[in-house]
Amino acid sequence: MQYYLSIILSGISLGGQYALIAIGYTMVYGILRLINFAHGDVFMVAGLMMVYLSAWLPLPISLPLMLLLTAALGFLIERAAYKPLRSAPRMSSMISAIGVSYLLQNLATYVTGGLPQMYPKIPFLSDIVVIAGVSTKWVTIITPFLVLALVIALTQLINHSKVGMAMRAVAKDFETSQLMGIKINSVISATFIIGSFLAGLGSMLYFTNYQSIVPLSGALPGLRAFVAAVFGGIGSIPGAVVGAFIIGISETVIKGSDWSVFSDAFTFALLIIILVVKPTGLFGEKTTDKV
Amino acid sequence: MRKLIALSLACLLVVMAFAGCSSSPSGASSAPASDSAAAPADSGDASAAPASGDNVVRIGVFEPATGDSGPGGKQETLGMQYANKETPTVDIGGTTYTVELVYADNGSDSAKAPTAASDLVSKDVALVLGSYGSGVSMAGGPVFDEAGLAAIGVTCTNPGVTAGNDYYFRICFLDNFQAQVLSSFAQEKFSAKKAYCLGELGNEYDQGLIAYFEQTFDGEVIKDSFPTNTSDFTTYLNKAVAEQADVIFCPVSIAYSTQIVKLAADMGLEIPLLGSDTLDSNMVLEAAAGSNVQLYVSTFYQEGGSPEFDEGIKAWLNEDATAMTNNGGNDTIAAVTAMGYDAYYVALEALKAAGSIDPAAVKAALPDVTYTGVSGAIAFDDQGDAIRDTAYIKTADNANTAWKLEKVQTAA
Amino acid sequence: MQEKRNKSGMIAVMGLTLMLLVLVLMLENTIKPTHMIFIVLKKSAVYALVASSMNLLNGFTGLFSLGQAGFMLLGAYTYSILTIPVESRESVYYIYGGSAIKFSLPELFGGVVGLVLGVLVALILGGCVAALVAWLIGLPVLRLKSDYLAIATLGFGEIIRAVFQWDKLGPVTNGANALKSFPTFSSFNIENADGQVVLRLSAFVPLLLAAVCIGILLLLINSSYGRAFKAIREDEIAAEAMGINLAKHKRLAFCISSFFTGVGGGMFAMFANQAQAKNFVTSMTYEILLIVVIGGIGSISGSCIASFLYVAASEWWLRFLDSEAYIGNFQVPLLRTGFRMVVFSVIIMIVVLFFRRGLMGDKELPDLLRMLRSRGKRKEAAQ
Repeated sequence: MQYYLSIILSGISLGGQYALIAIGYTMVYGILRLINFAHGDVFMVAGLMMVYLSAWLPLPISLPLMLLLTAALGFLIERAAYKPLRSAPRMSSMISAIGVSYLLQNLATYVTGGLPQMYPKIPFLSDIVVIAGVSTKWVTIITPFLVLALVIALTQLINHSKVGMAMRAVAKDFETSQLMGIKINSVISATFIIGSFLAGLGSMLYFTNYQSIVPLSGALPGLRAFVAAVFGGIGSIPGAVVGAFIIGISETVIKGSDWSVFSDAFTFALLIIILVVKPTGLFGEKTTDKV
Repeated sequence: MRKLIALSLACLLVVMAFAGCSSSPSGASSAPASDSAAAPADSGDASAAPASGDNVVRIGVFEPATGDSGPGGKQETLGMQYANKETPTVDIGGTTYTVELVYADNGSDSAKAPTAASDLVSKDVALVLGSYGSGVSMAGGPVFDEAGLAAIGVTCTNPGVTAGNDYYFRICFLDNFQAQVLSSFAQEKFSAKKAYCLGELGNEYDQGLIAYFEQTFDGEVIKDSFPTNTSDFTTYLNKAVAEQADVIFCPVSIAYSTQIVKLAADMGLEIPLLGSDTLDSNMVLEAAAGSNVQLYVSTFYQEGGSPEFDEGIKAWLNEDATAMTNNGGNDTIAAVTAMGYDAYYVALEALKAAGSIDPAAVKAALPDVTYTGVSGAIAFDDQGDAIRDTAYIKTADNANTAWKLEKVQTAA
Repeated sequence: MQEKRNKSGMIAVMGLTLMLLVLVLMLENTIKPTHMIFIVLKKSAVYALVASSMNLLNGFTGLFSLGQAGFMLLGAYTYSILTIPVESRESVYYIYGGSAIKFSLPELFGGVVGLVLGVLVALILGGCVAALVAWLIGLPVLRLKSDYLAIATLGFGEIIRAVFQWDKLGPVTNGANALKSFPTFSSFNIENADGQVVLRLSAFVPLLLAAVCIGILLLLINSSYGRAFKAIREDEIAAEAMGINLAKHKRLAFCISSFFTGVGGGMFAMFANQAQAKNFVTSMTYEILLIVVIGGIGSISGSCIASFLYVAASEWWLRFLDSEAYIGNFQVPLLRTGFRMVVFSVIIMIVVLFFRRGLMGDKELPDLLRMLRSRGKRKEAAQ
């Protein structure tokens, strides 16, 4: 019983952390139709920044600074690597994303010298709590609630603010919204800033749980979060969150079974099944090709 | 132009954010002569090369500096660098040669290993030391074989490294021996009836050790694998608890073992953890610091085995910031460092015995080389493997963050 | 007229390739065989083949697939399982107490001829297995559009890898362990009785294999099938309206591309001296994709040139950046392990951002030659 509880707990918290990354993927895809492969690496860089900043500054300063820098990094990546390619074929910006991801990983290898870095302890979040005989960190308990709160805030922002309205407009029709006087560039920048900020938060939760950071730490969570985003219907925020929780929980359940070799394969199998049955994902909108 | 500025800004931001304070990459003045060994010969820097004429013999260092075995590879290289600093020259056939270490990073990746090996071959080295891991050694082996260059494996414990390769030797024990030592230790010390084994999916080293462990362990074995780049080990450890395993055997690379041990420490895991030689690292020790986790590792060398070596290398580590960083930030001596140190001296012995720096002569001389190093006596058998029958089992003293010798185990 | 031009271009390229092959053969037997150029040539030959077959799919048919690593894995495993000598099987499959497959193709055919024949058959079978799996995968996923197809194929690559690492299949796939001891490129070196190498062919053979495969790909692209593929790339709906069977042609392109990727995978195993599922990860697909983009999407000769530049730059020319260097007493800043890959990825970003069409755009080598020639003529006329 305790065992199952512990699996479900860690599955939910993992799902929550994936959700924060998946939102970044899904928002960018919704607006630019771009799979931002570098997003997982932004997540990893956020973790590394926290390691270096906290060695240097007290936590109340370093934590917000890390979030700020992560958001700035997202903004800069968009300006440097995606904006110049906006008129180019879609594959070009996807390649550019792969290039950025490659660059970030190699930079991280260079800076850390390939040595794993230990994430600092964050008071309260890192403390141990015992629930029904299962000992876990507070972060595990808090993650799903934090994610829900953030998602509600985000949907409020998108549904009821000017920027949010602009985002929805751009996602619906890129050219028309441009004609309507929406400043496309600032809307896209805002998307990247929000996405990276959430990835920064996600990295704080994730690495508090799994403390060692290597340059490839972002690759796998990034890929899984991306699968979650597609699974839930890419472009839809609630979809990404639901998808992330499903992926997170099924992953931990598979790992807990005798089939742990196939934990990643199962994630992808799930993805392929949903793509074949309902190509736009659980909550995706149907689009038709115009001739 | 604007794109270029934006791009460089992005790079700059990342670098600055990282660089913060802790890592000082290239402290120009703190780099010792041994670190500059890779400097090109034509640098014209008289102070870097000791005055012994133009006789230079090059020894290739085939070690990972990046990737998941990067930390281990770096510690192993430290041993060689220290030995090189201690003994920078060698008499070969009456002439004094300066030894130059030539590095090639194999990136812990067996797809990149052949090119890294070729790079060493093309740089005219007399013989090669390395590697830390078995997978890369097996991928690079045929390249050395084809070039007629002898390689001395330092801590690659998989049987496949020397099997079928005349040019590969090694100075460490083999996986089947190590697994046997650990399984009999588990049964003697904990009367273990049920073992939970956890390895990386697709990693030859992990899976090989687990397979041997299963063969020699008298009881139930539960095997589990996690995919590469996993960082969430909660489920696996909980599974071991749920299965009521008596011991957990996790022969995984340093990057994963730090996470597993850290997690076990946080969870307050009561099942003892058994690890292989990869876990004998101060980074793993740090992860366990201050907790109640019981960690036992089998290894090649126990600090205190050679006080002279311990003292010397500690002094060196403490005065050289780069070396200290590569050692994980403190001066605990890893067994792989001692092995790297011994490997360097075995290489010198081979050069002396060959009486020439010709790779063919060195290869011919190697099988008969014997040397008593800090990790024990080294001699090669017909296969090219070291004849060794001792392993040290150490346990983590979490209160003092140090290793404590548990037992010296010989083959049953 | 067009036909004639094409033919003369073809002949020029064939001549060039032949010259290159002869040059490599000569170099290999004159200068030091341990020179870096040879290993770089071997690796780039393999990558050129895989990149060209990816280009057939991504560049010519417009199907964005990211499953290359998986198909390479299939080819590599088929090749190595079929060619490991029987006597080495015990030591290779040491965990599983020997292999479930008790024969080896080169030994079955026997002798020197057997080696050549066995290796060829194993490579082709590797390609066939990859093509067969591609056909099966294609049934559901080829209906998907652009990005979704990319993601689904990427997922299949991961699933294939997990299956090959499954230890229940150990007696065949050797589980997580590497397959080794099979014939590699160096096995083709001709030795005399003393084991002395008389004629070195280890770099020539992969180049020849790659050249032949890429030649077949080129013939296909210039055939009516190739034109149909291009029509699908330009506009699926229009192509269908023109009477091109979309499903059939997509499946064909997918299978052919996978076939050559599989052959390339077998060659990769020969290059790396071992086959291990762990190596065939998504980042390998990305590498190939980067090569295709750098060379120019829709240009086979671009892919070939780019794969050489890519391999040479990352593994050879930039390697000095990894070690500390001194100019006099001055230590060059920044140089240390890992810097090579940072510089390399910056170069890639610059190419992707500023040379969007890649080295060759969608032009082939003959087109360039012709352009040069006509420019020269125009100059002459002006004078």
